[in-house]
Amino acid sequence: MPNVISPDGSIRQDNWVVMPRPAEGESLDIPADQPALIPADLWLAGYEHFTGRQDIGVWFDSHDEPEILDGRVNELPVIAVNFPKFSDGRGYSIGRLLRERFGYVNELRAIGDVLLDQLQFMKRCGFDAYVLRADKDITKAQKCLNFFSQGYQAATDTEIPLFRRRAS
Amino acid sequence: MYVYDEHDRQMAAERVAQFRDQTERALAGELAEDEFLPLRLQNGLYVQRLAPMLRICVPYGMMRSDQLRRLARITRDYDKGYAHFTTRQNVQLNWPALEDVPDILAELAEVEMHANQTSGNCIRNTTTDQFSGVQSDEIADPRPYCEIIRQWSTFHPEFAFLPRKFKVAVNASEHTDRAAIQVHDIGLQMVRNEAGELGFRVHVGGGLGRTPMVGPVIREFLPEMDLLTYLEAVLRVYNRYGRRDNKFKARIKILVKALTPEGFAEKVEAEWQHIKDSPTRLTPEAVQRIQAYFTEPDYAALDNATDLLASQRFENRGFDQWLTHNVDTHKKPGYAIVTLTMKKTGTPPGDVSDKQLEQIADLADEFSFGEVRVTHQQNVVLADVRQDRLLELWQAITPMGFGTANLNTLTDVICCPGGDYCALANAKSIPVAEAIQRQFDDLDYLYDLGNIDLNISGCMNACGHHHVGHIGVLGVDKKGQEFYQISLGGSSHHDASIGKILGPSFARDEMPQVISKIIDVYVDKRTEEETFLDTYRRVGIDPFKERVYA
Repeated sequence: MPNVISPDGSIRQDNWVVMPRPAEGESLDIPADQPALIPADLWLAGYEHFTGRQDIGVWFDSHDEPEILDGRVNELPVIAVNFPKFSDGRGYSIGRLLRERFGYVNELRAIGDVLLDQLQFMKRCGFDAYVLRADKDITKAQKCLNFFSQGYQAATDTEIPLFRRRAS
Repeated sequence: MYVYDEHDRQMAAERVAQFRDQTERALAGELAEDEFLPLRLQNGLYVQRLAPMLRICVPYGMMRSDQLRRLARITRDYDKGYAHFTTRQNVQLNWPALEDVPDILAELAEVEMHANQTSGNCIRNTTTDQFSGVQSDEIADPRPYCEIIRQWSTFHPEFAFLPRKFKVAVNASEHTDRAAIQVHDIGLQMVRNEAGELGFRVHVGGGLGRTPMVGPVIREFLPEMDLLTYLEAVLRVYNRYGRRDNKFKARIKILVKALTPEGFAEKVEAEWQHIKDSPTRLTPEAVQRIQAYFTEPDYAALDNATDLLASQRFENRGFDQWLTHNVDTHKKPGYAIVTLTMKKTGTPPGDVSDKQLEQIADLADEFSFGEVRVTHQQNVVLADVRQDRLLELWQAITPMGFGTANLNTLTDVICCPGGDYCALANAKSIPVAEAIQRQFDDLDYLYDLGNIDLNISGCMNACGHHHVGHIGVLGVDKKGQEFYQISLGGSSHHDASIGKILGPSFARDEMPQVISKIIDVYVDKRTEEETFLDTYRRVGIDPFKERVYA
């Protein structure tokens, strides 16, 4: 069961399982007793079957296009974005697009190579659940989420950039 | 100059605390080397051939005298008593200890300095013309826009892990480009449209390195207030679609080329349509607030000191030469722009000692309202010197080594630290610069040769901007031996072009003679009015090849 970090640094457990993309010709084996995150394009392919289910969410890989879910994002209880390597920054754009462009309001989860020093960026880009890589010290998450009290730019967490806040 | 408010101060302090914590975790083994790498790079810290190297940010090249004095003290307390001005208007320390870096950053923060994003795959320091605000032919002062970009790009959460580094430069002069904007990832040329409104012509995808390219225009006119939303659109397209599979193909220029400039521009426009009216759109009040930091200093009402200078020139040939070459016209009557050259033969280009940093600070206080600008040619500018005090200034700087009257001549070399310091270099660059400076030690001959940009890089990364030198020198490794490849015809100005390779490379001791032969061809072929670049463009590379490889 993954430990899930919230934006305030608190830790909870849940049992969402990430289903890897099945190999060519294989079918997706969705567990009967556990909520599952499946590749977003497969959710769309089985839309009739999956929509409205509270135990099925999706995940995007960093090279995927979140545009495929435009208009349907809020039918999902959880969307996860995989960071295949912590230095791959595409997931931050995906997060902002899901939140700011497509209006996604439910849980946005960071999975994969999620390290302590990237949590602050994920938080600002709309992620509100983080599954830290297992070898990292989860007790330091709260500190690492809170080094900065504000940012210069607008992002998902702050609609108004500092230059407008200064003016008011 | 920009002054921090409580928000800037708070974030600077928070950044130091964060890096202190990160360094402690790295030293305690909690962060793997590759995990710490981007964190330390985004705080300016490289691990180099002989020691760590710390690159300190000088936003768009502007510094105050108190900041120079603090740098001097830091070089004494934490380093070997000298620093290096870089080709992107920053300052480097060559020997700090890793565990001291958080303390150094804390000392910098006290004087409103930092090392944020001076390295790593993020948005780097925005650079501009060192004569901003004091020249008469600029569209508008570009520095407020550089500061606006600095704030927007600082700790940007979406763009902290780009495919590769990202450099923005702004130019505002109509007739010259001292900021080399066309060889930047984004080059912004300030312009006015037919209605007289202020805006930017946007170049994207220029750059040096392995695949040198002049950046194509992707938007002819971007209205002033749309600056940040448009930059955000460019960066988002790059962050999402720039190549990440191959480090050497990861710069935005490769993406622009792959999509074609038109295709890239379309993608940016489509993205921009979604965000152009978001709160990130600038407001006149926000721009004015930043502009208020870049108002004119308290100039005296003066006339030009034409007669005085004429008689001083007549009496003193050295002063006359210096005035001709190292002093530029100021927009205010009675004032002048002075470039202090850091190119004395025998000193690595751009290197300064702690004492010299303090001397520069004193000169700034005494002669130029306490401010200096660092140039991408690795010199230092005093932008606001009274004409009637130029002789006094020249007399003061000559013994300090800042008065070499070789600005923009062959010996005003742009040069990276090279194999003497840098772990990436294939070859040393500083000794080549020095050998060429020794070969051409006759100032009158240098003046006769006119403006020649000689740029030297120790490797393909092109920190010495060799591709855009009229004469470019690139250090290459041939079976463990240092060799040097020459290119001709590059330019970083409005007429930007990438130099063409002359032919097989040369051993280091051959270099002064090879440069002499190239110069001889120019002298033989030139017409009266032609600069080196003009002649090269007219006659082509063949006459140079024939002479050099004869």
